[in-house]
Amino acid sequence: MELVWMLFIFVLAAFLGFELITKVPSQLHTPLMSGSNAISGITIVGAMLAAGGDHPMAGWLGFAAVVLATLNVVGGYVVTDRMLAMFHKKGSKPPETRP
Amino acid sequence: MSSPILINLAYLVSAILFIFGIKMLGRAETARRGNLISGLGMLLAVLVTCLDQDIVRFEWIVAGMIIGATGGVITARRVAMTGMPELVALFNGFGGLASLLVGWAEVSPAKGALPVFTGTTVSLAIMIGGVTFTGSIYAWGKLSGKLGGKALTYPGQKAVNAIIALAILISAGFFIAGPRETANLALGAVIILSLLLGATAVMPIGGGDMPVVISLLNSCSGLAAATAGFVIANNVLIVAGCLVGASGLILTIIMCKAMNRDLLNVLFAGFGSTSSAGAPSEGELKPITIEDAYYVLEAAREVVVIPGYGMAVAQAQHAVRELGDFLEANGAEVRYAIHPVAGRMPGHMNVLLAEADVPYEQLQEMDDVNPHMAAVDVAIVIGANDVVNPAATDDPSSPLYGMPIIEAHKAKTTFCLKRGKGTGFSGIENQLFLMPNTRMLYGDAKGTVSGLAGQFKESR
Repeated sequence: MELVWMLFIFVLAAFLGFELITKVPSQLHTPLMSGSNAISGITIVGAMLAAGGDHPMAGWLGFAAVVLATLNVVGGYVVTDRMLAMFHKKGSKPPETRP
Repeated sequence: MSSPILINLAYLVSAILFIFGIKMLGRAETARRGNLISGLGMLLAVLVTCLDQDIVRFEWIVAGMIIGATGGVITARRVAMTGMPELVALFNGFGGLASLLVGWAEVSPAKGALPVFTGTTVSLAIMIGGVTFTGSIYAWGKLSGKLGGKALTYPGQKAVNAIIALAILISAGFFIAGPRETANLALGAVIILSLLLGATAVMPIGGGDMPVVISLLNSCSGLAAATAGFVIANNVLIVAGCLVGASGLILTIIMCKAMNRDLLNVLFAGFGSTSSAGAPSEGELKPITIEDAYYVLEAAREVVVIPGYGMAVAQAQHAVRELGDFLEANGAEVRYAIHPVAGRMPGHMNVLLAEADVPYEQLQEMDDVNPHMAAVDVAIVIGANDVVNPAATDDPSSPLYGMPIIEAHKAKTTFCLKRGKGTGFSGIENQLFLMPNTRMLYGDAKGTVSGLAGQFKESR
């Protein structure tokens, strides 16, 4: 039964995903990609559960997964924000984003 | 309220924040806030996971997060905008590998025999995560020039890839339903073969097709997270992963349409290495000096700049903006026409021009610019090639035929900035360069554009 529930959620989420962004202006293609890429780092939740469990082997794998997923999440959000900060309308100077 | 219910309610809130975040990322005015909102959703999901009773120790989690976050912030802050395609590919790969590890951790030896359902989902998470990882790393290598940008093909390549894919499925079958003694061996085979397949699948895809590949890998990284969600029966992973999977797929389809090719053709054709060169073209290349080009530009009232990958390579975006400013000060209207697949990732040119402070109203999409092209005095093509090749509209024998292009050839005068006399990524002769109203400006794009800007500066 649990499987059916999860499939249910999966399929609905897929339809929702397609409906959410049917028409994206091309200037936002890169931020959308890197922003959604950061969201795919949600696997960090699974990584934490593995790293925090009491199985030594799973712990090691989980630790590596936490490092990678955090890189994905933090790096993804920061770089997307940096990019979006550069998009600005005429006349409105963007805040300084260069490091 | 018991903690599992609390945790799942918080995950629900996270999922809602992701949905709003993605929705807002699709509009220029709200995009930055959208990214922040989806970041909040992530933070909430991470914090609430700490309450999970299955977590008995935090030292690995904290250590891992410190390492990951430090690395993430440093890379994200340091990267130049020209290095963005590589970075997106790299982060993608990390996400994929993390999902692979989450799947693997679920079956690490201490946990004993597995039900068929878990075995299946673990295999899927490992397969998708593994292919995403090495595929992205290979793409990263190609984009950063470490592996060369060209498509690598060899006879029987498709058959080899098909055999690897089949071997993965067979190993997965053994892992799920075979005897327990061989399960670890089968699992190892699934992991190694999936990693192998990611690299061999991206190998035959050339640099110009990278926008498609990157968005597809992006979609895969989402799917990998969703399958990892099935493994650990976690709804927020399923929802968030699936949203990313769907959005990545939409982007992939947009990119394919912009090249008038279907996904299978991009993935398996090895474009640019096997295609014919199209009809031989007549005419000659007519070079022009920077000085003469300046006189034409000085008289121009309407100018359209068409950037391509060459602008990124030459890092000419700041010089281009400078020239645009001079042209505007001179009374011309300046616009930038962006082809959806110009560059190496979706939206590549937009990011570079935004970095150079070009306001986004001046960046126009192909379909908005083309109807006005005949009224344009000068079209400046900077390091773009296939996306302005008129053969795509009028030569049925060209491999590009059918691809929508920016109609630079319809402008009264067209300047083409080019490093040398070679063909573009696709290896196809560009008829635009031979047209009567086209003038070639040879040399490094940055140098040429700065030279033109310099002429304007002197004359003031």
